[in-house]
Parts: sequence; structure tokens; C-alpha cells
Amino acid sequence: MGELFAEFNVFAAFGMTILLTVTAAIGSLLIGTVVAIMRLSPVAVFQRAGAFYVNTVRNTPLTLIIIASNIVMAVNLGFNFSKDFSRNNLIWAVIALSVYHAAFVCEAIRSGVNTVPVGQAEAARSIGLTFSQSLREIVLPQGFRGAITPLGNTLIALTKNTTVATAIGVAEISGLMSEMIEFRSDLLLFIFLIVAIGFVILTLPVGILITYLSKRLVVKR
Amino acid sequence: MKLRRTSAVAIATVAALGLAACGSDGGDGAAAGGNKVKVGIKFDQPGLGLKTGATYSGFDVDVANFIAAELKLEVEFVEAVSAQRETLLKTGQVKYIVGTYSITDKRKADVSFAGPYFIAGQDLLVRADDTSITGKDTLNGKNLCSVKGSTSAQKIKDEVPGVNLQEYNTYSLCVDALKSGAVDALTTDDTILAGYAAQDANKGQLKVVGNTFSTENYGVGVKKDDTEFCNQVVTALKKFIDSGKWEESVKKWLGPANYTPGAGNPPTPTCQSA
Repeated sequence: MGELFAEFNVFAAFGMTILLTVTAAIGSLLIGTVVAIMRLSPVAVFQRAGAFYVNTVRNTPLTLIIIASNIVMAVNLGFNFSKDFSRNNLIWAVIALSVYHAAFVCEAIRSGVNTVPVGQAEAARSIGLTFSQSLREIVLPQGFRGAITPLGNTLIALTKNTTVATAIGVAEISGLMSEMIEFRSDLLLFIFLIVAIGFVILTLPVGILITYLSKRLVVKR
Repeated sequence: MKLRRTSAVAIATVAALGLAACGSDGGDGAAAGGNKVKVGIKFDQPGLGLKTGATYSGFDVDVANFIAAELKLEVEFVEAVSAQRETLLKTGQVKYIVGTYSITDKRKADVSFAGPYFIAGQDLLVRADDTSITGKDTLNGKNLCSVKGSTSAQKIKDEVPGVNLQEYNTYSLCVDALKSGAVDALTTDDTILAGYAAQDANKGQLKVVGNTFSTENYGVGVKKDDTEFCNQVVTALKKFIDSGKWEESVKKWLGPANYTPGAGNPPTPTCQSA
């Protein structure tokens, strides 16, 4: 097992997995919040557009989105961020992961907003706050606190979904796994074990933290 | 209650049938002395081992079929992806594997090889009008493509440090990127490259450079230390080469790409194990 660590840079690969997770988590939180606000807004066009985004993206396989980001956008349409493939692929992978998980983040936030009693919004409007003010000051802060558990689920799913980025050549752990299998198929079981334990180390603390936060931050009513 | 009893009987019957089906199925597979055997090939390599609908075509398929005909075996093809080949042979899930299987010392620790039946080498596939790439020494500043986790990808990283390498999970995506100009060359074994260049969709658009920088001895993988079977396969391979069928098959599948096998072909197969 030590041979594998000596021969392959396992930590760098897991580092890339973490980088993908963190950047895509931020990206999907931003996009997801915007889409959620669109769906919550009183404007019918925004509601429809938000619903269309969620239903389209959520029902498209992630592999398709990631490969399309490379083959369609970068290779065939020439939208490149960098001449260097590894950099370009990383940026496209982050975008694709963000776009995909934003749909789930949006629905998580909406479920959180549903925990806010209607009276809160009505009270906000009655003291003269506009829609955006009541959303910003009253509804969303409580909504996010109610959405911590589903957001945490999405984060854990995102962590594991970063493995799909290997399809366009991002050097994360599942890419290294196929490399290790190619060169050291005699250590097959250890290779699986390392990758599995690595993911447990990444996701288990997130789960524990989410449970803790959801208890601590819940709006007591 | 009556209904429930009926459904219980139905479930028991179905379960019994299922078990029986499993039993007979397992029986067929396990009958080593029988004539029906499972043979591992690649399903996704045009010109070598390609599955289209229910038919199999390519040079490796010809080799596998010839061996089967010589040994009076009835073949059922199963997919042997690179990472699973040793496991498939070790556990007896396939009788032999003909799938661009390079003979290496590390693999000989797990399986035996009858071969080589073909000597390939890592090469480059470029657009037909590209004259700037003539070998691995002309790759400076060029964009390259290969498959993630493959030996060829690792080798090009070692041989040409700092190469701008795009890695996909299949060669067909590389071919697409090559045709659109996003990459300048695709690298792996010249046989695989010739297979893609010979495909109808790519005919005339791509060419194999023909300047190899590695030697891959393709062998037929068999269960480790099954010397008797290994020697039978070697005899069949020799007959395949001597009868001219070898040349015929190479010409048929890789010829359209203007590909000619490199030095040392056709080789003399032997039974090799560690």
C-alpha cells in the first residue's frame, strides 16, 4: 500500500478533488440562490425561467453536461480560458459542476424558504419593506438556516460527483485511480480502498458538521 | 388470505425457475471440457475489436475466431476492458483474451501469453494535411490528446516533458478534438490509430505518422500456467501467420489508413509466462 503512495501523487489528486468541490460549491451556491430568488419572485417570467432551468439541468446527466462543456463549448465553439489544457479543463469542469448543482441548491433553498411562516413575509410587507428588502432581511436569512440539511446533502453529492470531471481530463482522484489500475493492477483492492477511505475522510466530517449546524442554527419557533 | 397464498406460490415458482435458470447457465459456463467458451475482446476499437449491433469485426476478432476454429471451440465474445483483463483470466470468466494486450513482465506475473502475434508501437495520428509533425521530437508547442490513465499517456508525459496533453476517457473524443483542430495529434499504439484513420467517417482526413517510439508485443492472454492450452494457441497463431490470413486481415482492417506493420512483423509467437 505504501508503494502506491510512493509511486503516485495521491494527495495532489485528492487536492484537486477538494479544489473542484470548494469552487463548485461556491459557484453553485451563487447560481442556485439567483435561480431560487427567480422562482420565489412574483414576476411570472422569472418564475417560469427559474423552473425551466431547474427542470432542464436537474434532468440532464452530469456526464453529458461535463463532456458537452469541453467538446461543444471548448473544442468545437472555441470558448477557451487558457491555452493550457489542464487549466482550461479545470475551469470548464467547475462551471459545469456549478451549473448542475445549482439546480439542487435552488430547490434546497426553496425548501428552506418553505419553513418560513407566511406571517413573516406578511409582517415584512406590512411594515413597508419592498419584495427585495423582505427577501434579503427576513425570508432568505431564515430560509438558509432551514435549508442547511438539504444544502449539506447537495455538498456531499457534489464532492462525489467531482469524479465525473475525469472524463475531460481533470487530474482528480478517479483519474489517478484509473492510472493506478493500469500500472498496478496487482494492487487493485488497495487502490479501491485508498480512494474509498479518502472519500469517507472528505465527506463524513461534512455530514457531522451539517448535522451540528442544522441543530444549532435552526430557527426556534 | 387465499389471494396471498396464491401469490406466495407464484413467487416461490418464479424463484425456483430463476434458480434453475441460474444453475443451467452456470453449468454451461463452467463446463471447461465443452466446446463453448467465452473470449475477451475489445468492443470499442475500430479495426481491431469493434462491436456493431450483434456483429464483431476487426483484426483481433479475426485472430480470436481463427484460434477458435483451429481448436474447434464455439466462441461467445465478452468485453474485456483493459483494467479487468487479468481478473477475467484469473477467475476463469474468459478462456482467452485477444484485445491489444501487450506482453509485459508485470502482467506475466498474473497471466500467460501466447504471442506475440503482432508488434505494434506508440505512434502519432495527425490531420492528413499536417506536415509539421514527423515524430515525437517535433511535438514542442503542439497540443496532444490521449486517454486518461493509459500507458501511452504516461509515456508521452515522460518522453516529452511539459507537453500540453488533453486527456479524455475514450479515443473517439480525441479523434473529434483532432478533426476540429483543438489538438494537433493523438497518441497511442499505431494499430489503434490506424483503426480510427481507416474508419469511414475519418477516411482521408487523418494519417498515422509512422515513426514509433515504443514496442508493444500483442499476445493472446490465457490463464497462468495453462501450458497445454497456451501451446495450442501458439500453434494456431503460427498457422494464422503462415497461411497468409494474417497479412490478409491486417490489409483488410488497417490497410485503408495506408498503414503498413512496422519492422519485425509478422512475429514468431511462443508461449510466455513468468
